[in-house]
Amino acid sequence: MSIKTYAVAIRDTIAQEMRHDDKVFIMGEDIEVLGGIFGCTRDLAKEFGTERVRNTPITEATFVGAGVGAATAGMRPIVELMYMDFTYVAMDQILNQAAKIRYMFGGKAKVPLVIRGQQGIGRGNAGQHSQSVESLFMHIPGIKVACPSTPAEAAGLLRTAIRDDNPVLFFEHKALYSTKGEVPDDPEFAIPFGKAVIKKEGKDVTIVANLLYVSKALEAAAILEKEGISAEVIDPLTLVPLDIDTIVKSVQKTGRLITVHEAHREGGWGAEIAAQVTEKAFRYLDSPPIRLGAKQCTLPFNLGLENAVVPQVDQIVQAAKQSLYR
Amino acid sequence: MDRERALHIYATMNRIRKFEEKAVQLFEANKLRGSVHLYIGEEAIAATVCSQMTDQDYITSTHRGHGHAIAKGATLDRALAELMGKATGYCKGRGGSMHIADLEKGNLGANAIVGGGVPIAVGGALAQKMKGEKQFTVSFFGDGASNQGTVHESMNLASLWKLPIIFICENNGFGISVPTWQSTSVKDVSVRAAGYNMPGETVDGNDVMAIDAAVERAKTRALNGEGPSFIECKTYRWKGHWTGDPETYRTREEVASWMERCPIKAFRAYLLKNGIAQEKELDDIENAATAEMEAATEFALNSPEPDPAQVMDDVFFVG
Repeated sequence: MSIKTYAVAIRDTIAQEMRHDDKVFIMGEDIEVLGGIFGCTRDLAKEFGTERVRNTPITEATFVGAGVGAATAGMRPIVELMYMDFTYVAMDQILNQAAKIRYMFGGKAKVPLVIRGQQGIGRGNAGQHSQSVESLFMHIPGIKVACPSTPAEAAGLLRTAIRDDNPVLFFEHKALYSTKGEVPDDPEFAIPFGKAVIKKEGKDVTIVANLLYVSKALEAAAILEKEGISAEVIDPLTLVPLDIDTIVKSVQKTGRLITVHEAHREGGWGAEIAAQVTEKAFRYLDSPPIRLGAKQCTLPFNLGLENAVVPQVDQIVQAAKQSLYR
Repeated sequence: MDRERALHIYATMNRIRKFEEKAVQLFEANKLRGSVHLYIGEEAIAATVCSQMTDQDYITSTHRGHGHAIAKGATLDRALAELMGKATGYCKGRGGSMHIADLEKGNLGANAIVGGGVPIAVGGALAQKMKGEKQFTVSFFGDGASNQGTVHESMNLASLWKLPIIFICENNGFGISVPTWQSTSVKDVSVRAAGYNMPGETVDGNDVMAIDAAVERAKTRALNGEGPSFIECKTYRWKGHWTGDPETYRTREEVASWMERCPIKAFRAYLLKNGIAQEKELDDIENAATAEMEAATEFALNSPEPDPAQVMDDVFFVG
């Protein structure tokens, strides 16, 4: 075990995988000398050279598309997007191409492509650089969606993503990059997709959260604990594939469900989980599921406004109490 | 061009023509559904370009892609089966007319998003370069796609990284109903190559020999590691954009004048005039294409429908 930041865990995993397999390479904006604006590719070009650590022009649609083509042609590209907000620039290549190639061509092609980058609030980046966009990609079949909330999960899930023969969208959170945690040194350490993690056990209410909101949910759970309410906190880790069984099992125990994410509330992944839980465990529910998420407005620049848009810890606490009719 | 390759090109053009004629016939007889974009009148381009390629070289294709697929090695039976949505089709009936792919033959797939396949071709060429293979990629796209941002970005990236790729713009004069002059700021699309520091040339897309010479130059450059080239092939589609197009945007006279310049007829005349082939063997090639198409039609008509129980297969690779 080593103590690493989330960013270093990502960087080290990329390096290990590039050592492990010649076909792995990375391309993106400002990754070569600068090492990415968050340092996730720092010094990789020194070890692997600029053939395998490629600076791209600012043309997201095309370098994502080049990743799709290179993957289809037998390479294992990692494409770094500086902000996952920029997936919108490359949407055709992600949703019409990467996601569909295998199915549409009758199952002959493999597209082992990772598109990764950070998203979310925390740096006052305003409307086009602060969004949480992972829910969108859950809706379109053919791509996997991973969202690590700790350094170890970042390392373990990223290894699984790079070794997966399908396109994976890998969402990091900018506010998590400097967080530290223990990461296994084993260069084979991998976390399987589709297995949710129970971050804290509890018996009264189930709170499902991802990315930055796992720590906020845990904070809320600690407050609730003092008031005699025992919250179970679950991180799905991957939205596609989704481990709904762990969540359903938890709700069968607690009878209450809160979903909380930084992504917009309406049509967010929490809504999908609430719907599936309602379908699968309706008679176990003692109160309606509650969804928390960003308000349905553009992420504003001003810190006070930004905080007013995304869910706060006390709102999670309030939602839990509401679910318990307290 | 050696005789063998010349006859292969002639055969390919005929096979494409027979395929397209059969496709329209089956469409009109309600035997196949969906969009069918015909390549009739443009056969010289795919047939000539792909005659210089091996199975390890890649192409990306377009919504008007039957010709590219056949020229790159697709068999008529499985291609037609795909148009009919049959289980024996190249994509098991999942893709249809606009999405024929055959990775074993280096066809990375036809794309129904205009300009969508071009970045993928850049990726194919990048893979070839990184693997150190002596191979190249051709991206086919139309005059409509030439205005898409992805095509410009792809030209820039391929030039920057000196990738072994040839951009082949099939300028058939229209994006559905809109004539090229109304959509495109330049008369010859190939002049845009200069903006990306690569050679560009415009050739008669109905002239096999002109296309062949341009492709040879571009291929040599690609394989020598000198980077991409751009070839604009000026041509014309005889049929509407799709089967059922009212074609109110052009005159019968204009269509007739291009039919006079049929690329198959022109190449046949060239082969005869230069003593490369005799009437009889060219007739035999055409008859063989007709016979192959009849057999392909039987195959496709008699092929099973895909099993709806398998509709969820292949969303993901499960290994």
